[in-house]
This record gives sequence, C-alpha cells and structure tokens, in this order.
Amino acid sequence: MITNEAPVTVAARSRMRAMNVTVLREVALLPVLVLLIIVGTVVSPAFFTVSNFAGIGQQSSALGVVVVGESLILMIGGMDLSLESTFGLAPMVAAWLIVPVSAYGSGTDLSPYLGIVVLLVVGGVVGLINGLLIVKGRLNGFIVTLGMTIVLAGLQNGIVKAQSLFNLPAPFGYLGSASYGQLPVSVIVTVVIFVGVGLFLRYHRVGRAIYAVGGNPAAARAAGINVERLKIGVYVAGSILAAIGGLMEAGRVSAVTGQQGYQEGIIFSVFAAAVIGGVSLKGGRGNMIGAASGVILLGIVGDILDLANVSNYWIEAIDGAVILFALVLARIVGGESTAEDR
Amino acid sequence: MTSSDTATGVPLIEVTGVEKRFGSTRALHGVDLTLRAGQCLGLVGRNGAGKSTLVSILSGLAEPDAGLVRFGGQPAPRVGDVAQWHEWIATVFQHSMIVGDLSVAENVFLGAAPRLVNWRETRRKTREIMSEWGYDIAPDTLCRNLAVEQLQIVEIARALARGARCVLLDEPTAALERQAAQRLFQRVRALAASGVAVLYISHHLEEVFEICSDVTVLRDGEVVLTAPTADLSRDDLVAAMVGGAARDAATPPAPAAAAAVASRETLLEARDLTSESTRGRLSGVSLAVHAGEVVGVTGLLSAGVATMGRAIAGAEDYAGGEVRLNGTLVPSGNRGVAQRAGIGYIPEDRRAEGFVAHLSVAENATMTITKKLSDRLGILRPAARVAAAAPLTSRLSLVSSGPSQPAGELSGGNQQKVTVARTLAHDPSLIVAITPTRGVDVASKELLLNSLADVAASSGAGVLLCTDELSDLVICDRVIVLVRGEVFTEFTRPPFDRDKLIVATEGLQEAAP
Repeated sequence: MITNEAPVTVAARSRMRAMNVTVLREVALLPVLVLLIIVGTVVSPAFFTVSNFAGIGQQSSALGVVVVGESLILMIGGMDLSLESTFGLAPMVAAWLIVPVSAYGSGTDLSPYLGIVVLLVVGGVVGLINGLLIVKGRLNGFIVTLGMTIVLAGLQNGIVKAQSLFNLPAPFGYLGSASYGQLPVSVIVTVVIFVGVGLFLRYHRVGRAIYAVGGNPAAARAAGINVERLKIGVYVAGSILAAIGGLMEAGRVSAVTGQQGYQEGIIFSVFAAAVIGGVSLKGGRGNMIGAASGVILLGIVGDILDLANVSNYWIEAIDGAVILFALVLARIVGGESTAEDR
Repeated sequence: MTSSDTATGVPLIEVTGVEKRFGSTRALHGVDLTLRAGQCLGLVGRNGAGKSTLVSILSGLAEPDAGLVRFGGQPAPRVGDVAQWHEWIATVFQHSMIVGDLSVAENVFLGAAPRLVNWRETRRKTREIMSEWGYDIAPDTLCRNLAVEQLQIVEIARALARGARCVLLDEPTAALERQAAQRLFQRVRALAASGVAVLYISHHLEEVFEICSDVTVLRDGEVVLTAPTADLSRDDLVAAMVGGAARDAATPPAPAAAAAVASRETLLEARDLTSESTRGRLSGVSLAVHAGEVVGVTGLLSAGVATMGRAIAGAEDYAGGEVRLNGTLVPSGNRGVAQRAGIGYIPEDRRAEGFVAHLSVAENATMTITKKLSDRLGILRPAARVAAAAPLTSRLSLVSSGPSQPAGELSGGNQQKVTVARTLAHDPSLIVAITPTRGVDVASKELLLNSLADVAASSGAGVLLCTDELSDLVICDRVIVLVRGEVFTEFTRPPFDRDKLIVATEGLQEAAP
C-alpha cells in the first residue's frame, strides 16, 4: 500500500499507469492492421492506393455504423441480432414509400427527405419493441431479437413481394454514394459517428452510466441510475444506427434489395468487428477506438481477398478463418479485454 | 483443543520468507508461518494486510515471488496442480464455491469424481463423511435448497472427502447467525482434536479467542505477532493489527441526548410495512427516524432487518404500508426516486450492489451525483469527478493507488468505503445502511461507523442502521429489535446491554429494556 507518499505523485503515477494501459489496449489491433497492410501491398500493387482505401472506407462504413449500434447494446449488457434486419427493412420501407408504383413502390410517392425520417422512425420503433420486450417483459434478448430478425426480414420481402427497388432519388442515395473528391461522404459521416459516440461514452454522464449499468446493473440501480430506461434507450439508439447503416448501403449499391441485411448475414461481421475490437459480450467494457479497428480490420481482409482473386468458392472459409485468427490475436495482445475506458 | 507446544513432529504447513508484490503494491513481505497437526491458528489483520494473498498462496492459486511453502516437510506442489494441493489443504472460501444446481453428493466430490461416476458409491461415501462428523444432510438434496450454514458443512465435507490434513477457513461466520456459528465452532474443535490443522481467518476477534490456540497477526504484509491466544488480551491484538497508527477514532461521539432528538422534526415515517421478500418477511413494521438521529434496527438473519432497510431505500418492493420522507410519499421499489427524495443507501452485499468493479474509485464514489457534476449538456469532465471524489475518499481514509484505480482491485474494507463515499456524495437527508461493517476490519469499522454518526450530528441527517452486528449499535440513539418481521421491542437509552439485545433478538420476553 502506498500510503505515505505524497498524494500528488501517487495520483500522477497512477494516471500515467492508467494511460499507458489504456493506450496499449486501444492500439492492440495496430500490429495486426500493419501486418495486413503489408500483406495487401505484397499481394497486389492496386492495394496501397488512395482509390482502394476510399473503396474500403465506402464498403465498410455501413457496417461500421451498425457496429457502433451493436457495441452500445453489448456494452450495456444486452445483445441484438435483429440489427441486420433493421438494416434491410428500414431502407426498404422508406424506399417503398418513395418510389412510384411502376417501380414496385406503394404509390404514396413520398418526398425522399420524409423517407429518411420514416427510415429513422422504423429503426426507433423496432428498437423500442425490442427494448420493451427484453427490459419490461423480462424476456431473453437472444430469443427476442432472433425472432424479431426473422419477422423483420419477412416484412422486408413481403411489402414489395420480394422485388428490389431501384431508381432511388438522389437525396436518398446521397449518403451512400456521394463523395468529396476521393473522400466518400459515408466515410465522413461514419467517422463523425464513431468520434461522437466515443466522446459521448467518455465524457457524457449518460455514456458513463452505460458503463456502470453494463458493469454491474444492481450497483448502478443502487446508485440511483434508471437502469431500465437507459437500456431501452440504448436499444432504440442501436436500431436507429442500424437504419442509418442501411441507408448508406442502399445508396452505395443504388438499390434496396431483398437480400440487404438478413440474407447477407451481416450480423456475424457486426459481432466479429465488435468483439475483435474488445467490446465485451458480457457488458461494461469496450470503446469506439477498438470497435473502429475491428471494422477496419474486416474491411482490409475482405479487400485483400478480392484483390488476390481468391475463388468465390473459398472466400467465406478464408474470411471466417481470418476473423478467428484476429480474435485470438486480439486476445493475446490485449489480455483480458482489449479495450477499457477508465 | 490441542495447543501448539504439545503437538510434535514436522509441521504440516511451513511458510518461510514468502514475498508477493502486485505491481507497485507489496502484498506480503518475509512472511513466516507454521501450522502443526491438531493446531487451530487464527490469522487476523486489517483489510489489505495481506490475508487474502496468503490464502491464495496457501490454496495453490497464486505463486509467491520468493520464499517457500512446505507441506509436511516437502516443497509444495506446482501452482495450478489442484489435485496435489487438495491432498494437503482445503480452503473454505469467504464466497461459497458450491454449485447450487448440483446435489450435496456431487458437490462433495466435485472435481474429485472418478471418470465414471458410481452414483451409489458417491452417495454412500457422502453419507459416511456426514455421519462421521455428525452432520445430517441428505446426499441427494440440491444445494440451492440449503441454508448458508449447511453449505459450509458441504464445503467442509468436500475438504474432508479429499483427505486434506489442513483446513483453511476464510471468514466462515460472516453469514452465520450466532447459534450456527456456535455449532461451527464445535465442529472446528472436533476437527482440530482429530489431528486436522486449522487456519482460521476472521475479523471477529472474540471468535479467535474462543477457538484458536494461537494467533498470527499480519500488518502491511508482514507478520507482526505470533503468540498463544491465552497470553494476549483483545487490546493487545488490536494494537498489533493497527500498529503505530493510534486508534484515534476509538471513541464514538456521544449520541445526542434522547430528549433533544425527540423534539426534532420527524424525517422518516414508515407505517405498517409488509413484504414477502425471501430475505425475510415483514408483517406490519412501523418506525420513525428524526433529524440528526441514529436508529438501529437489529434481529436474526430471517427477522426482516435487511428487507426493511431495502424497502425504505427503494431497493425492493414492499407489499403494503407506506414510507414518507419529510411527509412526502416515497414510492415502493424505485431506487432512483428514493435517492432524489434524499434517501442514501449502503447495500448489504457490496459485491452485488455496492460498486462497479472495473470502473475507477472516483467514478464509483461519484456515481450518485453525475447530474450535479455535469454541465447543461450532460458533459462530465473527469477532473470534476476526481475533485468531487477527493474529499470523500480522504474523509474515509480510503487507501488506493489513486482515484483511477478500479474499485474491484481494492481490499474488501476499502471497497466498502467506496460504497459509503458514493452514498455520502449526494448529501442524503436519510442514510439507510445495511450491515455496513460486514467483512471490515476493526479500525475501518470504527471509521465507517463514526462517519455515519458524524453525518447525523453535523448535517442533521437521519441514519437507519440495519445490522445483525451488535457492536455496530454503539452509535445509535435508539435500537429497534425485529423478530419474525415485527417490531418486538425498542431500546431507547444507550448504552445498550449486549446480553439483553441478544435475548431480545431471540424473541424472549424478559428482554424488555
């Protein structure tokens, strides 16, 4: 026990120690990323170019926004499998209300701006239903969101009779397709979301309450934190983020397809990115720097596999193996948890 | 009881020059300890003195940085070789290591079962061990249906089933009622008499005097005293534990005169509280706390003492009745509203409700006042948090490596101080404290109790102290005794007679004060 030293030096030293630990943990994935970039450069001369990195950024940003949502839900001690279906359903509902009947729309010919509002509302409503069922209904989050996933994916195909919606108006596709020079708007928005949520978690009292509730809900409740309301709020926020991710994806591919989300199985990548980035599945631990590294890592791996012309038959096996490898590596480098904010 | 000088031969446990550091903290320094067959050695020390570290080293869970552990003259097995360790020593931990959904027999042979389980044999052996030691627990009972006392018996039986020659008991009476503790002492005496070496760790010095032949005192990671208990007084032992740091906090402030208190305004009024809680039911409890008054509530474990505290603090629902603070109704089971109304809450089980283990000391200590510390937009600067925590932690003499140390890394007593700091932080007008000194060493105990009494005296807050620890009641102006969920009697004039209190908690009529 260091009781007799001057409190100032003790505090200063412990702060330095805490900072060292934090920094070390937050950059735990850095060596892996560097290694992957070297591999990519060796594999293809097209890898280390601005346009390729812009491409990786554009392809990863939709996933990244969903990862932010899932990370928040994981941090509060929950889980949400249905984010992948919200990712598909929310843009589908919005696009269906926007495009003309001839393009399988509903015929309401909604303004694209109102469509985006609808998209956010769909996300929020799905999150609210999940949150109420899990928190107030005391149902198991895994089963509730698994059921919700299938219901939402069914709705996504049902309302447009399994058609894809093309010819989306420019404002609707802007977020996923526009760019400033070589820099895609989706990347800018995703970075802003990551930074914003990261700062929120670190410096906002609600962000701190998320760590408290995830770390020990009973202690948080005893300290007067409204645990139930916060949890429901986080489910809502997570679903809205998934809807925004879906909007980006729709803009990027200039369509909303029946496959988007659930049938692509993006939830696996979402969980993988979050967990590789050190977000604990048990709640209470994780941060946005880690989650972002997880997303970038998955993006680079996918890109390298593309550039290496890996046969389509093998691409999933290799993709999965790399993710497992990254998990093991992140665990070794990062210790117990790869990222914790003190 | 066998005393150390009559036991002969090679010691069963011999610890020499053990060192252990955790980062910059020196947990153990040059620790020597010997334990012979048939000896019952008490191990005492303040929170953070190194007891837990020594327990982990002796249980084969941690490796010393230097020094030797010998069992029966042989070097100890490799750390992690659990089976080998269990042949020598079995530890009954503070926190139960029993799997609730398995039967008694399965728990007794947990980890030691052969590859193919012969159920009949397992049950027979369990019955044999139980009857040999005079315990009466059916081998097929599911452990989650057992009481705490019975769980300990299962843990001890597990130790004996492995043929361990040393048993290490870590705070075994923490969750036991007096009668159960007495039965435990008889069993420990029987164990020692049969030649088993017992290492007994406790904060309750009277227990050490009752059953230990010798005692070893740890202070700041070093052994400062080893002597037969017969040669020591309680004060000697406390002095050795506390060391140079004089017990300046020894005298609690005199409780405010009862007459003066009665004339003050009523702060808390609970009327006809009823509850079916599993922690103990309430069948119509009414009580009042006045401003500046410290009211104790005590009773047996099942009497509803904790239930009442939790119900008033909004930590659990009550079925009927009402709670009013300054005349305003406090709704049932809403901790957030109760806190905003001004009710502070020091929970019974600090691990479960007291703090978030991986968050920092400062963050835990200020968890109740994040609203006050943050600006209009909700931004909370870490510096503001540290500044707000500093006066609280220094007032409670909380020992940590700094405000950013995770609360989970602290010793038990310091964790409790974090919980108390969190409560004091929001300037409650009423503090509900449930067994606030459980598992806390003597000096910290006085400090915690005095800090509660100080709050009452200086700020006029009321304190409702719900405890089964009778020595905690010294700070109270009044003591209410609950028996089976009802107010049995009330002691209004301190000092309270310990024997009368004990008789009253048992529900015996002649206890009337």
